[in-house]
Amino acid sequence: MGFQPVKFYQTGTYTVGNRLLAERSVQAGELRSNSINSGHRACQGCGEALGARYAIDAAMAGSNNQLIAVNATGCLEVFSTPYPESSWQVPWIHSLFGNAPAVATGVAAAMKVKGRKEVRVVAQGGDGSTTDIGFGCLSGMFERNDDVLYICYDNEAYMNTGVQRSSATPPAARTATTMPVGAEPGNPFGQGKNLPEIAMAHGIPYVATATVADLRDLEYKVRRAMTIRGARYIHLSVPCPLGWGTASSDTIRIARLAKESGMFPVFEAEYGEVTGVSKIRHQVPVEDYLKPQKRFAHLFGKTPHPETVARIQAIADRNIRKYGLLEEGSN
Amino acid sequence: MLKQTEGSKAVAEAIALCRPEVICAYPISPQTHIVEALGEIVKSGELTPCEFINVESEFAAMSVAIGASAAGARAYTATASQGLLFMAEAVYNASGLGLPIVMTVANRAIGAPINIWNDHSDSLSQRDSGWMQLFAETNQEAVDLHIQAFRLAEELSMPIMVCMDGFILTHAFERVDIPSQAQVDAYLPPFEPRQVLDPAEPVSIGAMVGPEAFMEVRYLAHAKQMQAIERIPQLASEFREIFGRDSGGLIRTYCTEDADTIIIAMGSVLGTIKDTVDEMRAQGHKIGVLGIISYRPFPLEQVKAALLNCRRFVVLEKSLAVGMGGIVATDVRMAVTGTGLKGFTAIAGLGGRPITKASLHKLFREAKAETLPPVTFLDLDWDAVNKQLAREKQTRRSGPVAENILHDKGIVSAKFG
Amino acid sequence: MSNRPFAITLKPGTSLANLTGTWRTERPVYLNRLPPCNNACPAGENIQGWLFHAESGDYQQAWRVLVQNNPLPAVMGRVCYHPCENACNRGQLDSSVGINSVERFLGDEAIKQGWKFDAPATVSGKKVLVVGAGPSGLSAAYHLACMGHRVEIHEAGPLAGGMMRFGIPKYRLPREVLDAEVQRILDLGVTLKLNTRIENIEQSMQDGHFNAAFLAVGAHIAKRTYIPSGDAAHIVDAVSVLRSMEGEDKPMLGRRVVVYGGGNTAIDVARTAKRLGATEAIIVYRRTREKMPAHDFEVEEALQEGVMIKWLSTIKQAEVGTLTVERMELDEHGVPQPTGEFETMEADSLVLALGQDVDLSLLDNVSGLEIKNGTVQVAANMMTGHPGIFAGGDMVPSERTVTVAVGHGKKAARHIDAWLQGASFDPAPKSEIATFDKLNPWYYSDADKTVQPILDIIRRQTSFDEVQGGLNETNALFEARRCLSCGNCFECDNCYGVCPDNAVIKLGPGKGFQFNYDYCKGCGLCVAECPCGAIAMVPEET
Repeated sequence: MGFQPVKFYQTGTYTVGNRLLAERSVQAGELRSNSINSGHRACQGCGEALGARYAIDAAMAGSNNQLIAVNATGCLEVFSTPYPESSWQVPWIHSLFGNAPAVATGVAAAMKVKGRKEVRVVAQGGDGSTTDIGFGCLSGMFERNDDVLYICYDNEAYMNTGVQRSSATPPAARTATTMPVGAEPGNPFGQGKNLPEIAMAHGIPYVATATVADLRDLEYKVRRAMTIRGARYIHLSVPCPLGWGTASSDTIRIARLAKESGMFPVFEAEYGEVTGVSKIRHQVPVEDYLKPQKRFAHLFGKTPHPETVARIQAIADRNIRKYGLLEEGSN
Repeated sequence: MLKQTEGSKAVAEAIALCRPEVICAYPISPQTHIVEALGEIVKSGELTPCEFINVESEFAAMSVAIGASAAGARAYTATASQGLLFMAEAVYNASGLGLPIVMTVANRAIGAPINIWNDHSDSLSQRDSGWMQLFAETNQEAVDLHIQAFRLAEELSMPIMVCMDGFILTHAFERVDIPSQAQVDAYLPPFEPRQVLDPAEPVSIGAMVGPEAFMEVRYLAHAKQMQAIERIPQLASEFREIFGRDSGGLIRTYCTEDADTIIIAMGSVLGTIKDTVDEMRAQGHKIGVLGIISYRPFPLEQVKAALLNCRRFVVLEKSLAVGMGGIVATDVRMAVTGTGLKGFTAIAGLGGRPITKASLHKLFREAKAETLPPVTFLDLDWDAVNKQLAREKQTRRSGPVAENILHDKGIVSAKFG
Repeated sequence: MSNRPFAITLKPGTSLANLTGTWRTERPVYLNRLPPCNNACPAGENIQGWLFHAESGDYQQAWRVLVQNNPLPAVMGRVCYHPCENACNRGQLDSSVGINSVERFLGDEAIKQGWKFDAPATVSGKKVLVVGAGPSGLSAAYHLACMGHRVEIHEAGPLAGGMMRFGIPKYRLPREVLDAEVQRILDLGVTLKLNTRIENIEQSMQDGHFNAAFLAVGAHIAKRTYIPSGDAAHIVDAVSVLRSMEGEDKPMLGRRVVVYGGGNTAIDVARTAKRLGATEAIIVYRRTREKMPAHDFEVEEALQEGVMIKWLSTIKQAEVGTLTVERMELDEHGVPQPTGEFETMEADSLVLALGQDVDLSLLDNVSGLEIKNGTVQVAANMMTGHPGIFAGGDMVPSERTVTVAVGHGKKAARHIDAWLQGASFDPAPKSEIATFDKLNPWYYSDADKTVQPILDIIRRQTSFDEVQGGLNETNALFEARRCLSCGNCFECDNCYGVCPDNAVIKLGPGKGFQFNYDYCKGCGLCVAECPCGAIAMVPEET
């Protein structure tokens, strides 16, 4: 993997900055872009707001501030640009829920035709716009290898409309449309799509997953993506305190547990081949990840569902096997 | 330069002369020949710089155009029928954002039943989308309207559909005068966007607007089209100065000065109507024609003025407001409110049904005699319709309507028995 | 762009008009919690404070911060039993930070580089007498001198150092290290009078025009216990043995040496005996290893060197060449009880290491003093019942370690300074302790403790070379960087980074951060992701 965590120096590269390291993160910089400014209306502890600033600031840094952002409809759009106030510091456009990749293609085409090669284009959306309604446009953008970096902020449901299921909602999760009732409470098993792998199947130059729990890795991936021309995809895990039923202060912890349990594999791929995997540092059982989330509360309630937890553990185990998420010789 | 060419090809050449910078193409009949020709022009290097993008849907086509236009590029696409409906959300978005995209609509019926032939249901379905809609009568006018459309769209920062009848125009070989690049360049200045995505001067385009400002935004879109009512005739006259011919404008009249009866229509059918009118005038009928070029904005004043001296009018339209009647007719009636003029609606040519001079002769004479019902379905096979209605009265599960009618008409009797 | 389309196109960054701080029900505040190491340090060292500088490789600055509280880092880095390390939160993660070894590194580095203390900034014109040049006296002298007072140390012995010289064997504390650190204190202008026994403190103060005195004579008188013995039995006390190690004539203990006692001194003397050539050095202790007051690592080192320990045993009788030993049993309260089972063991000498008493003769006839259990009672400000006479170290009731003594010296100096000004010194109230649960240890790199080199066993058994080696610069730096900075911001930028509302203002290197309460929504992410527990949520005032 391109990103080399610094092994030591008190906190090494685990923290946002480190006074002892010359290599600072973008977020540690006093002059970072703050692409999304204060005053936005995201909920307290919003993972998406955080992830978007992380990602877009890094993209700004990776493009010498020559960036145009396209935004699908969704929380990020709504909380950042309610008339008359915009939080964006970068040129930004919102068109529709399902067309951000295509709009971005158009912007990129305009820049190309105008000979402004230095201007880079980022499209962004939540998991609903990415994996569901905008999937056709996304696939088209990938297939044509348009010069767009698409970032999916995955919070695993339609949060803006009130937490309804998307094709990124994990099994057993409670959403407003997959209530924890009936024979199989929550979201059914065996559904949903793995968008990073679908992206990889397009053979595009770069695909990566990342998490708000690992800023350096995320910044590395965005900056790496910015060095590449063509279609690129980054799938970013951004917990939603509202939809997941977690404390606003737990957003990063939960994202960390998602990674450390194997539920959210963090890797990168070039031209359809996995080229790097971010290893699990301290493996935890999925239970540790699920329990703090109210959307999984029915698994641990008065009638616990250990068999369901075991099925989720099996998913994590499969991820761990498939992507080789554990260090050689570790547990 | 005069040439005998296919309508689609002529339009493609005209589009190329307008130096679009981004062209998004998704194939749908009968628009295909336009984007095919443009694709070749771009790929050959004849039009540069230009990005020709083969998108995955009409929705994407309009979306790519939105992105390109917002980033300051002159953007063009073409569609028809189902394609227009599939992109509808983006159609509204483009106008809402005030992006001066020009789109050719090769007018075609909307299914089901699926039908690839011409009528105006598609673009009229987008009547309230905020797009301007200009209807071409001939391929020459289609060529000219596109050139004017870019100028108008970019002046007002609003998108325009140039509507040309599918197959009837798009696939017709006619003599067309293709302007020179110098003429077009003289008429159409480079695109100077009103708003643009530029890192040098960031803006946030596409904000969420609540009740406190939404009506104003909508009104401003309306105000733009009202401005267009003034600009369209001016642009047509400027066009004449450079290109030496009359083309465009809001409406076009033919033999209306002394007419007691005026036939109103849009698009290529005006040709057949004029031929019929010529024949009827030869027989002494005082009949004239009003062609509407600008369907949106709808030139209420101009239409009223054109009709003021007649006694009756017939709106012959290739569209149907199901459950109500005419679509264009409604607008015309709005224009003549208070004049006491007698108006008739004729729904004609849906799904490509030929509109023959014979039928028009009969229709116009009945109009003159004022024996027409308020709404006429030209050349409707009442026998087939009545049979089906009777069947439906008898049996709840009476079977598929289209097949039944084909059966009744004896077209597929062998197959369906 | 003035021609922006109305409402749908907005100026960038205009959301600043929306003050989301009004959403808050709790607000984050930066605070400094007391690191457990600092809290545990008897000398009151700002351990985290000096580690901070060591982390960046600025050893001189680290040393300067260190010596603000303790002028003897090279000594302390060797002989301190480092309660700081026992308290260290890192112990709950992998193993505690090797604070002691870094302290030693800094102390040694200071000696190597010849770093000196800063000259006092002021001259007070006051004169203070310090009695005793042990750790407590030296510490007090140092601090008083730094405060601008003239200090004279009167030491009864021939050399400075007290128990550091006469109690702690060379293999634990090389004398050149001690000498260097003592000299550095004297270089501040402190006068040291050796072989000067104070007979009457009040008289001495009067004669020397001292405004105050600090007594730190230590506890040098070995405790005895009654053991029936033959006249010729060779019984000596540990204090004498260790003291005589500093003289010309090394003590003659024989080939089989039995040491009676269970404290660190017992261990020291047994290990010394071994080095002096004893084939057997046996410690007889009446309780078990768990109950032994000696520090475990010293017991371990002693065992490695071949010292033997006879647990649950008391010495009943000593004759020439033999001892009678009774086996003991712990009762349900853990108190050893005699069993009546006896055995004999061969011994050329018996060394008693049963603790020490204070020589209080200099206090005879001083008014107002309270003596209890052989120690001088002092108030919270270290002052005895006699105004102007303060006391510390082993002669006052406390744990008798070099570190505690150094702490006493500092504390007394501060109170003496205040007293001399007619004021009182009120130490700042202690902050809340940065306990492990306040930390987010995820962020710290995995790093096991650096193991200090240990002298090979043969040389340990045969020479007085220092057993424990020091760290080199590389591993001292590594060890310093293992510090978690519990409870105190070390500018990792996490709060600045993880705030979804950009409501943390970075003030620049060394200046820390500030919350922008106009926008802080009170989500608490900064608190949760602060590695070191330097932020807390407090309820918003209504």
